Amino acid sequence: MNIAENMDIEKVAATLPEPVTDSLAVIRNMVSACIQCGTCTGSCPNAFAMDLTPRQLWYNVLMGDKEAIFHSRTFFLCSVCYCCTLRCPRGLPLTEAMSALKQTAAKENLAPYKKSIRFYESFMESVRRHGRVREMEFMTLYFLSMKNPFIPIQFVPLGIKLMGKRKVFFEIPSKGSGVLESIFRKVEALEQG
Amino acid sequence: MKYLYYPGCSLEGTALEYNASTQAFMKGLEVELSELNDWTCCGASAAEATSFLLSLALPAYNLAMAEEMDGSKEILVPCSACYLNLKKVEEKCRKDPELHDKINTILKEKNLHFHGQVRVRHLLDVVAHDVGPAKIIPRVKNPFNDLHIAPYYGCQCLRPYPVFDDPEEPRSMEPVIKAVGAKIHPWNMGGRCCGASHMTTKPEVALELVTGILKAARGADAIVTVCPMCQMNLEAYQKKISEKAKEDLHMTILYLPQFLGLAMGLTEQELRLDLNLSVTKNFRAKL
Repeated sequence: MNIAENMDIEKVAATLPEPVTDSLAVIRNMVSACIQCGTCTGSCPNAFAMDLTPRQLWYNVLMGDKEAIFHSRTFFLCSVCYCCTLRCPRGLPLTEAMSALKQTAAKENLAPYKKSIRFYESFMESVRRHGRVREMEFMTLYFLSMKNPFIPIQFVPLGIKLMGKRKVFFEIPSKGSGVLESIFRKVEALEQG
Repeated sequence: MKYLYYPGCSLEGTALEYNASTQAFMKGLEVELSELNDWTCCGASAAEATSFLLSLALPAYNLAMAEEMDGSKEILVPCSACYLNLKKVEEKCRKDPELHDKINTILKEKNLHFHGQVRVRHLLDVVAHDVGPAKIIPRVKNPFNDLHIAPYYGCQCLRPYPVFDDPEEPRSMEPVIKAVGAKIHPWNMGGRCCGASHMTTKPEVALELVTGILKAARGADAIVTVCPMCQMNLEAYQKKISEKAKEDLHMTILYLPQFLGLAMGLTEQELRLDLNLSVTKNFRAKL
């Protein structure tokens, strides 16, 4: 059951890099006062689709079990609704902790989460190039990065509907003005720093 | 009343009608909106999934530009995802001076400084509290006495910051919907998640959530929304959802300013109803 986004686990199992351990320490601090009450699980609209419930995920974070954490699809199933954060009796920033796990997976480019990571990175790439996201460019970048012709096919009906209404236009990815380039660079420098 | 206006990227693309109807509705109420010069993306839900610092730097950049503009120090935001990102940087910088400094180190690259002097306001907050029923009632030309409306708030205008409504049982839309004569569809799904971007990466999960929402709306004439992501998820997949659920779950989905604007006598063209993906025949017959 603990197969994240239907990818090959063995490939990652042996190769969780050192920085994962470091960032896990930060996330562990965020949930260190967790009393395992399960209010987060009871509040989560996506819990039905998760392999580990949110409560179980936090248990694994507290135990530092990075193998269990980074083989679970749970944190990328967080849709950032903030119900758990609102209701947590210990007042823990659980949604932010979910996002911190996503950030760790994205930084280390962990294979099980390829689809979600590529999706968010394609979005940010379009923003980096143009300052504002161009919805069709972003989806094109996403499809190109996935290298799987079956993914775009699912979006054809909606794409045609939206183009028919002139809400989106076919767009070949382009270089853009780079208005946010210096901000992106500075953030990268601080994060490495 | 005057506000700075941050439309956000969706309102230039898939949510064009939210932009058009917000501007037409506000004009009808003599509320002045000045669009923020050269605004950029707030980071949406993507920045947060890739970098914590970037997820704050992008909205802070826009707030810093807003501070340089003359006039109102309140910035009106119709998209809930943009609203939360902008609100989050406002809240976090106020509570964490060290983080505030770090954000300003980044903004220095653009010769900007974020002082924390603008107030971020969601469109719903402004419509419910600054405008309110008192300014809407005298402008109603087509009262919707026969309509039952299901108010849908979604997540990010309510949580985690309970700024203008109850984050568990939101009610702020009800007085303005009643102001145009309509009745409130009784349901408890107004603050439930629509699945957000799961619709693209994990459609089976998001479709399940939207199915639950559409089923709970049975009996209503329309669902009214205040977020482009919620709107798209609720309106764009109804055929697929109906086929899978083996029942007709088609439902009219309108943005709040479209619905209120219609009652105020604004035309379908001004409110860009032609761009909505789901306006049923039954609903049209009642207009």
